[in-house]
Amino acid sequence: MKTLVWVEHDGSAVKDATLATVTAAGKLGEVHLLVAGANVGGVAEAAAKIAGVGKVHVADDAAYGHALAENVAPLVVELMGHHDAFLAPATTTGKNIAPRVAALLDVMQVSEILSVESDDTFTRPIYAGNAIATVKSSDAKKVLTVRGTAFEKAAAEGGSAAIEAVSATGDKGLSQFVGAEIAASERPELTSAKIIVSGGRALGSDEQFHALIDPLADKLGAAVGASRAAVDAGYAPNDYQVGQTGKIVAPEVYIAVGISGAIQHLAGMKDSKTIVAINKDEDAPIFQVADIGLVGDLFKVVPELTEKL
Amino acid sequence: MKVIVPVKRVLDYNVKPRVKADGSGVDLANVKMSMNPFDEIAVEEAIRLKEKGVATEIVAVSIGEAKAQETLRTALAMGADRAILVTAEGPVEPLAVAKLLKAICDEEAPGLVILGKQAIDDDNNQTGQMLAALTGWGQGTFASKIEVDGDKVQVTREVDGGLETVSLSTPAIVTTDLRLNEPRYASLPNIMKAKSKPLAQKTPADYGVDTAPRLTIVSVAEPAKRQAGAKVADVDELVTKLKAMGVAK
Ligand SMILES: Cc1cc2nc3c(=O)[nH]c(=O)nc-3n(C[C@H](O)[C@H](O)[C@H](O)COP(=O)(O)OP(=O)(O)OC[C@H]3O[C@@H](n4cnc5c(N)ncnc54)[C@H](O)[C@@H]3O)c2cc1C
Ligand SMILES: Nc1ncnc2c1ncn2[C@@H]1O[C@H](COP(=O)(O)O)[C@@H](O)[C@H]1O
Repeated sequence: MKTLVWVEHDGSAVKDATLATVTAAGKLGEVHLLVAGANVGGVAEAAAKIAGVGKVHVADDAAYGHALAENVAPLVVELMGHHDAFLAPATTTGKNIAPRVAALLDVMQVSEILSVESDDTFTRPIYAGNAIATVKSSDAKKVLTVRGTAFEKAAAEGGSAAIEAVSATGDKGLSQFVGAEIAASERPELTSAKIIVSGGRALGSDEQFHALIDPLADKLGAAVGASRAAVDAGYAPNDYQVGQTGKIVAPEVYIAVGISGAIQHLAGMKDSKTIVAINKDEDAPIFQVADIGLVGDLFKVVPELTEKL
Repeated sequence: MKVIVPVKRVLDYNVKPRVKADGSGVDLANVKMSMNPFDEIAVEEAIRLKEKGVATEIVAVSIGEAKAQETLRTALAMGADRAILVTAEGPVEPLAVAKLLKAICDEEAPGLVILGKQAIDDDNNQTGQMLAALTGWGQGTFASKIEVDGDKVQVTREVDGGLETVSLSTPAIVTTDLRLNEPRYASLPNIMKAKSKPLAQKTPADYGVDTAPRLTIVSVAEPAKRQAGAKVADVDELVTKLKAMGVAK
């Protein structure tokens, strides 16, 4: 089987989520990559070095500059003429593009796969991860999105794939990129961080969230996450949200501060290696999944912890 | 312009899903079912567009078993004008839902279709994007803000790195994220009024759509359970444990 993997990048570097997707694709067959964007020669070269990749298709055109699904999907469909499976990381970009491709190919997508059982059978989470379904696809071509935390990352170096330019399919004129507010942070990215400190509603305000969570995260070299309640209340930006409808993370250590542990939150972090919970309510559901629990008032405990580390 | 809002009946988000003993799926017998939370947000957004004078009519659509009528009545009680129920036995996958919605769009010629970003039962996150592909319209997914201006709609999207704004020509497809709005509750008088609003009953055959699934559910299992660990007495003990794990020096 020949697979085509969507390369997620920021215009200069390949994003980590791509590497897990390459591993998933490798379980199906030969791995080809698609690098689409404007001035992406550098990205294509970096992509060609990923271990296990057979070929890199590059579509360098202004129409692909912001990965607009309306423009990218027809390009993928054209390449699917000689590939058997399309795989994209289950990032907001991948989730935006892949179903558009699937419908154009008249294929039912399998979302957020956790494992490849065979050529046509995959596991995936349903009901916020409260159940795992094994599904078999009867479509001739497969369209899959891949949960990044479920597969090992392919090595970013070691490969030497051929790079091949593909002709652009043009701007469909259906949508236009207007602007973006992308938060620049010195901290590690949430989805690839080894340690995450997450704050919940109990932080009480934007000021207190930053005054308590940030120093602890800085001490540990950790990324910062948040519950939906904290994001909705404006204590943290939307891209911090961990959970069923936010980011799925699986760090070595996840420290939940003032988070109750609703199933929608657990859906995003319960595969973390070690979970630490700080909560003043000893019956909070988060303690049912925590490896280490500390019952206490976070306003006393967190500064003390930061101090003693 | 007309706005179509597809709404799905799902297990209520407060209910803990239980996997059936025979591994065939999640037990939906005698449990509370509700409108998918993202679809409530979609209905609310359509009503706000109508209150602003942008939308002229709101049509709620649901595909599923006959009981999905209740979900449509909820949408009507919130403020939708009329409803279409496409009854189908068994699960209908996003691709087939998108095909049915495409056929409905052909008949109704809406300016906007507002869907939820994902249904919280199957967590597919596909239908809106698929409908956009089939109609050939632009898509603004995971919206936290929608502004209609003439024949353009500007959509602010929640993306992994923060926020992104795109401008789409109408007709267009929008899918809602959680922070787009806070849905209203239907008042008792509006619930009463909703009972007499029009609700058309259709079948997939009326639209010539084959809803046979492409995916077979081989089995459904419980995820591996985590064991609750130990509680520590104080911060010092936590620090010792973190250090032992090599997390802190
Ligand atoms: C469709 C849908 C999708 C959702 N998606 C997500 C998602 O992706 N991610 C997500 O997180 N949620 C999601 N939610 C929301 C989820 O159901 C919960 O409402 C949310 O996770 C609660 O956030 P919280 O734990 O911060 O707040 P709360 O549940 O209010 O918990 C606060 C906790 O802080 C503790 N506390 C209070 N004061 C102190 C103190 N001084 N010291 C220590 N502890 C204290 C309390 O004991 C309590 O346990 C979703 C909901 C829906 C309906
Ligand atoms: N059976 C259905 N009936 C009506 N709308 C649906 C149905 N299935 C999905 N949708 C719509 O599509 C959105 C995304 O669903 P999904 O792609 O299944 O995650 C939902 O939030 C609904 O707006």
